[in-house]
Amino acid sequence: MTDVKIKAKDVQVYYGDNHAIKDVSVEIENNTVTAFIGPSGCGKSTFLRCLNRMNDTIDICRVEGTILIDGDDIYDKRVDPVQLRAKVGMVFQKPNPFPKSIYDNIAYGPRIHGMARNKAELDEIVERALRRGAIWDEVKDRLNAPGTGLSGGQQQRLCIARAVATEPEVLLMDEPCSALDPIATAQVEELIDELRQNYAVVIVTHSMQQAARVSQKTAFFHLGNLVEYDDTSKIFTNPEDSRTESYITGRIG
Amino acid sequence: MPLLWLFLLVLALAIAAFVFARSRVLAMSGQDRRSLHSLPNYYGSNAAMKSAIPALLVLVIWLIAQPFYVNSVVSDALPDSAIAETSSRSLVLAEVRRTADGLDLAVSTGTMTEDEASDTGAEVAAVTETLEEAGAIVTAQITQPVLRAAQQFRVLNETGHQIMTIVVLLIAAAGAFWGIKETRPDFRARNVVEQGVRVLLIAAASIAILTTLGIVLSLVFNTVEFFRLYPASEFFFGTNWAPSFSGRGGASDLGILPLMWGTFYISIVALIVAVPVGLFSAIYLSEYASPKVRAFAKPMLEVLAGIPTIVYGLFALLTVGPLLVSVFGEDGLGWMQAGTAVMTAGLVMGIMLIPFVSSLSDDIINAVPQAMRDGSYGLGATQSETIRQVVLPAALPGIVGAILLAASRAIGETMIVVLGAGAAARLSLNPFEAMTTVTAKIVSQLTGDSDFASPEALVAFALGMTLFVITLGLNVLALVIVRKYREQYE
Repeated sequence: MTDVKIKAKDVQVYYGDNHAIKDVSVEIENNTVTAFIGPSGCGKSTFLRCLNRMNDTIDICRVEGTILIDGDDIYDKRVDPVQLRAKVGMVFQKPNPFPKSIYDNIAYGPRIHGMARNKAELDEIVERALRRGAIWDEVKDRLNAPGTGLSGGQQQRLCIARAVATEPEVLLMDEPCSALDPIATAQVEELIDELRQNYAVVIVTHSMQQAARVSQKTAFFHLGNLVEYDDTSKIFTNPEDSRTESYITGRIG
Repeated sequence: MPLLWLFLLVLALAIAAFVFARSRVLAMSGQDRRSLHSLPNYYGSNAAMKSAIPALLVLVIWLIAQPFYVNSVVSDALPDSAIAETSSRSLVLAEVRRTADGLDLAVSTGTMTEDEASDTGAEVAAVTETLEEAGAIVTAQITQPVLRAAQQFRVLNETGHQIMTIVVLLIAAAGAFWGIKETRPDFRARNVVEQGVRVLLIAAASIAILTTLGIVLSLVFNTVEFFRLYPASEFFFGTNWAPSFSGRGGASDLGILPLMWGTFYISIVALIVAVPVGLFSAIYLSEYASPKVRAFAKPMLEVLAGIPTIVYGLFALLTVGPLLVSVFGEDGLGWMQAGTAVMTAGLVMGIMLIPFVSSLSDDIINAVPQAMRDGSYGLGATQSETIRQVVLPAALPGIVGAILLAASRAIGETMIVVLGAGAAARLSLNPFEAMTTVTAKIVSQLTGDSDFASPEALVAFALGMTLFVITLGLNVLALVIVRKYREQYE
């Protein structure tokens, strides 16, 4: 259970002149849910987006340091960010289904990566992804309905299923429940716990309770620094740094 | 009193009412503006509004109505004997107006005194001579009844204007008095002014709508008139366009089909040029171009939209046409007889439409939420995969709307076609042959000496009406599609 999936060392991120991430080193384990917590603007989302090179799409962003996934440097020149992103899936803050049918939303990734040889295989991949997204039973009768017509919670689970469909090894989630009501949040959290069986899951969240509920490891970011990184139970009961304690008890942030 | 003076006087009254009402309400409140219902300026505006708006409204209506009244009075007074056999009452009335204008001119330049001009017993020949000396446009020898009528015309106009001036000033003064009188601290001036602003805005909006209505009505009446003279079935289904102008004799063939075919053929060529080029440049600008390139390229593209179409027409006639002839003409492939052809007009019109398609599509593509792109990149899609499979499908309804708008521009375009496509109406599939369009034929039917009552001239309205219905349909369709697209994200 302790094999390291992602190893980041001395990561620096600059947005133009703004030094957004300072000297972050962290080791993320396989089959574990790792939560990133911290006040707004502390750099947790930025760091998350470094892990699948989504920051490449922002012109003024510059990343230094090394990030290894399974021992390979993902910022190496030979690495194609497109292939990396197939391996490191991402779920966003706001549900963002494509304006296509539910089926096509899921099939989008497998199609562009050529994962299915024929329609039957694609059907199978779609069904498996929807089952893993815990939404199959709700949509199996209307796979051709538009994905944008689902409710917010269903949309987010659809997006998770979509990310799962490309068989990633790591799943990054950027505040996946911030746009959801408590019931949908509970469903997604349950799902995250199940996903842990197959993936390393990294989740950014503003909710301390959520971090405590779903994660095994927690990293606390403050002003671009990684303040503390440890087992979730330890962070929430016996934090070493006084800033962590202030934050989780609600005195700062 | 000249109109401008009257107008300025009304405005001055309104300003005076504003100032007076404002200071009156301030005085009534004992300089304490907190005890007023509205800000002092609202009381002023209320008084100014009540003074100026009814007065100006009456002024406008009077100016529109007076000529009708004067014309009918003078017309009734004209004896039938004054109207020559070959002439009509309206022509004689025009003569009367011209004479009256001539008298005005002569008086204002000093060649005639006011007494001479209104002297009913004046010698006709002498008056004609003096008028010609003064530089007035008088066609024939002025007859006695015409001169008499012209003098009556002047008198009526003169008194009309005097009464109008008095009435308008009285209304302005009464309005000012009313506005000032109701100015009390508890008067809800703000609400009244808000109402006034609303009415002003509604009036502005209805002017645009009413004008459209007026255009449609004038088209409809003339079209109905045309169909009374020429059978509708032959107009809509006739395959031959051969108008014979009155005077040369013979019946005209006025079939719209060859013109419609030319219009559609040229528009299709234009769209085949404009849609891919415009769309691809929009994709480049919105998705690939760096901010620097975009800041430079987008205005450059939009410059194309600012070029007058007559300049495009010159470009078609002098550059594109000869260029095409040198390739496809006698010396080359031998398909093309002359520089004016469907291809020439279509290519140039396509260039004209590029900024339309690209600018609208660019806005629409930019409106696709970034979250869509992130979602696609996050799944490992490349940029072109993202654009092809996520951005364009999301933007498609808007892009279709943009293309339909461009199409209705193409169908209504005139100058490029007049200069670039030739004037021969024919049904042919060869894009290197000269053809003509509905718009070009409207121009040629209405220019030159033609009797506006003949079917050859009236057909222009039927053509215009047909064109209007088609482009209106396209625009409505485009708007419906664009609106549907907006609902998706808001």
